[in-house]
Amino acid sequence: MSFPLLTVTAALPAVGAILTAALPAATDTRSRDRNKVVPLAFSLATLVLACVATARFTPGGPRFQLTEYHSWISQFGIGYSLGVDGIAVVLVLLTAVLVPFVMLASWHDADPVVDDRGTFERNRRTQGFFALILAVEAMVVISFEATDVFLFYVFFEAMLIPMYFLIGGFGDRTKGEDAKQRSYAAVKFLLYNLLGGLVMLAAVIGLYTRAHTFDLVSITTALQNGSLHFPPVVENALFLGFMFAFAVKAPLWPLHTWLPNAMGEATAGVAVLITAVVDKVGTYAMLRFCLNLFPEASKTFAPAILVLSVISILYGALLAVGQKDIKRLVAYASISHFGFIILGIFALTSQGQSGAALYMVNHGVSTAAWLLVAGFLMSRRGSRLIADYGGVQKVAPVLAGTFLVGGLAILSLPGLGPFVSEFLVLVGTFERYPALGIVATAGIVLAALYVLVLYQRTMTGPVKAGNEGVKDLKARELVVVAPLIAMLLVLGIYPKPIADIVNPSVNQTLSQVGRTDPAPHVVNAIGGGQ
Amino acid sequence: MTGMTLAAAIPPIPAPHIEYLQLSPMLAVFGAALVGILAEAFVPRRHRYATQIGIALAGLAASFGLILYLALDGYAGSKADLAAMGAVAVDGPSLFLQGVITLVAVVAVLQFAERRLEPRSSTGAPVDSFAPEGAAVPGSDAEKRAATSGHATTEVYPLTMFAVGGMLLFPAASDLLTMFVALEVFSLPLYLLCALARRRRLLSQEAAVKYFLLGAFSSAFFLFGLALVYGYAGSVQLGQIARVVEGQATVTPALANTTGNDALLLIGLAMLGVGLLFKVGAVPFHMWTPDVYQGAPTPVTGFMAAATKVAAFGALLRLLYVAFPGIAWDWRPVLWGVAILTMVAGAIIAVTQTDVKRLLAYSSVAHAGFILTGVIALDRAGLGAVLFYLAAYSFVTLGAFAVVTLVRDADGEATHLSRWAGLGRRSPLLAAVFALFLLAFAGIPLTSGFTGKFAVFQAAAGSGATALVIVGVLSSAVAAFFYIRVIVLMFFSDPRADGPTVAVPSALTGTAIALGAVVTVALGVAPEYFLHLANQASLFVR
Repeated sequence: MSFPLLTVTAALPAVGAILTAALPAATDTRSRDRNKVVPLAFSLATLVLACVATARFTPGGPRFQLTEYHSWISQFGIGYSLGVDGIAVVLVLLTAVLVPFVMLASWHDADPVVDDRGTFERNRRTQGFFALILAVEAMVVISFEATDVFLFYVFFEAMLIPMYFLIGGFGDRTKGEDAKQRSYAAVKFLLYNLLGGLVMLAAVIGLYTRAHTFDLVSITTALQNGSLHFPPVVENALFLGFMFAFAVKAPLWPLHTWLPNAMGEATAGVAVLITAVVDKVGTYAMLRFCLNLFPEASKTFAPAILVLSVISILYGALLAVGQKDIKRLVAYASISHFGFIILGIFALTSQGQSGAALYMVNHGVSTAAWLLVAGFLMSRRGSRLIADYGGVQKVAPVLAGTFLVGGLAILSLPGLGPFVSEFLVLVGTFERYPALGIVATAGIVLAALYVLVLYQRTMTGPVKAGNEGVKDLKARELVVVAPLIAMLLVLGIYPKPIADIVNPSVNQTLSQVGRTDPAPHVVNAIGGGQ
Repeated sequence: MTGMTLAAAIPPIPAPHIEYLQLSPMLAVFGAALVGILAEAFVPRRHRYATQIGIALAGLAASFGLILYLALDGYAGSKADLAAMGAVAVDGPSLFLQGVITLVAVVAVLQFAERRLEPRSSTGAPVDSFAPEGAAVPGSDAEKRAATSGHATTEVYPLTMFAVGGMLLFPAASDLLTMFVALEVFSLPLYLLCALARRRRLLSQEAAVKYFLLGAFSSAFFLFGLALVYGYAGSVQLGQIARVVEGQATVTPALANTTGNDALLLIGLAMLGVGLLFKVGAVPFHMWTPDVYQGAPTPVTGFMAAATKVAAFGALLRLLYVAFPGIAWDWRPVLWGVAILTMVAGAIIAVTQTDVKRLLAYSSVAHAGFILTGVIALDRAGLGAVLFYLAAYSFVTLGAFAVVTLVRDADGEATHLSRWAGLGRRSPLLAAVFALFLLAFAGIPLTSGFTGKFAVFQAAAGSGATALVIVGVLSSAVAAFFYIRVIVLMFFSDPRADGPTVAVPSALTGTAIALGAVVTVALGVAPEYFLHLANQASLFVR
């Protein structure tokens, strides 16, 4: 039996979470740091395993690789089956890369309170925070790896619980009314996603009554050779059930309203975890499950979903322009970007989907860079309001500079990662739906507006009262930011390695849906084409 | 002369043939109950507590062992048969549910025996959660005397054993009369147990009276329905009723006028249904649940919520699956309506509750609705799913009520939800375990609640009840809201300065909670074996 690489990659953070939670409570700053180094070590070890998995993945090989299978609940045809295609392996890698940075950036976010007399509040809050992050990582990774619909569903739902505690239990506002806001945000997050998940559960059961198995590969094979056929009404209903859950998670307008609350109230690190890691499961699942299981319904509903995603792009961007709160601004910007990703997926062209897959990676890295730096800034003044800042670049030039680079990535400046993917998505959409492509392009203009206006208000001009004492980035913070910016540059200048892994899987998905690119086929210059 | 000819014409009544081995699980429990009564009379007061617990646990252990033996010996499958002249069915569903009930009863007895939670009496004797003297008027001098002298109502253990015996018989009863007798045998001790709370005795007695009156009313319905169905079929034996319904049986001449009269059948079945739906707490027969759950001593509430539901659903399944599958077209639409009402009303009314025990009561109503969706499937998948759901649900319920007994202030248990604010900060472990139970109630994956819900919904969808599944899923979302509200309250609210304390239980309650948590996680993560068991067991003998 070969080494169960995928299982271990998912299990390692889970073990880390349990160990971290079980460590003795910190009694002083030294033991507190020990309680943080353990989870960090686990997340780094997971990163190593994710790199190994990526290296062992053969682009263009069999569709699902590194597969594992064990029977789990045979009565319902449920198997513990794991496997990754190019898109999944890249997203596992993205998750494993981002989690250590989130941990480092959140290093002091959950520190116990030291009161006036200098006594150390002895509790397990700090290690609980890091344990929850590891638990989320484990569940996200296994969701990416699952090739069994039921297995995916279980972790898709279960990850809500640690996420909920991360949002509700930790935040920069802890007292009175503010704490109420936070618990409201956590409940809103949970209820939205739970409702989506339960609707999906009905569809999952419906799928089983038709297919009598949950194995993705068996179902897709049966669909292709015609031994399984859904009547159109059933297929449409099941598609909508799945899509509803993923559209809440991703999130797609008009199901997005939980995201600004959740990201606004969570710490910057947790906000990155939400938007850059957890929400990717939603867009990934659209590619993986909606398109593969319900190809005909995907084609039927594609125009409607494309219109919703264009609305997301413009609506998110417009609201981002008008925000007064930095984290909420980032949240609305993310809604706009998720619009692009979903646009790319449902344009059903190879450029569009390659772009969408790359966009997931780029959005993760660029949002992490932008929001974590913003988080460093906010932690210095304890305020999230844009109006409280001004002229920061004079007192903290490195912070301002990195914030600018992160922002430029968000607005898709050529040379940085997101440009490549946004370009591909728009080209892919334009091929089939020129009008939507043109409207979506307006989102880029608005992105420039909200990014640059935010920079201008907070960083340029005379130093605003209260900002004189803002310190520049510390060594720990530089360790977080520098690699993220380096990755943005690499992804922007030389995206070929990632594109090479992703492209064959995109083509396999499209052939499952039965869509070919409209002629004439535009050669995909960046990914090397077919 | 005529008398002589008549006497000659009546054949002698044969001595009934009793298969003692197959009935032994029930006999063991009833035996323990009788020995318990003798012990109450003969054992000195200071030794009664230990003696009674020993007898009860020994009886339950023997019963469980016998159930296992019968199941392994093939009575759950190939050797399944009717015993005691067709009055008792020893088959897969019987043995499965009896096994669940005995295990639930063991855990319940452990909680009944808990004496670490209440402050000691003035003589220094540890006291349990039951009234020192059930017959004393609340607040009277007699009660005070009983309390100060450290008396204990050790009668609860034999009473519990009688209730358990009735519950073992109820899902196994294969004729309507036996079913009625079992119903009464397990109901009467429960009415008494409900009235025996040590604290808030008036509330407890009020609950018991309500439960008794409504319970007696529903028993009367059941009995009347039984008579009508007898008029229709000329037999109380479930298999015989089924044959008459299907038109395969010969008619008793004496009942030729009424046999085959559909009005009798339909009204009779409706009345039997009322009696059973009352016991499972389905809407609109659920009115007693919140008051009784709130008023009864919490360990009794836990026992009742878990075991009564198992037994009553077992009987309902047998009635509908064995006797009346032939007229499923008539009862299924009604049960659809009841299931939808139960799920929706249970979930929505629970949202407004402010008392933990009432909240759990309405949640149990909603769960009765979920289980009904599996009953409606009327196939083997549905039966297996319901059996699994009952096993999963009963342990979550026991655990949840056991946690409720631990959160206390000066007046006893602090059941008002506002008192639970910030519990997660004060005692994170207890709050985490309670959160686990709530998540299982809500049906979050990796808990037993999810597996059970998936199983019944899957069975319902498989039998074409898609609308039921959609209503079920939506009311699950509503239900999730109030479960999560409690979690929010425990973890994200600031603790109150005068908040309740968490009592440190003895190993007895500790075991109950730990067992509940272990079963909840095990049936959520690795349900394969138990689903298999439930599926294997899901065949009724007729």
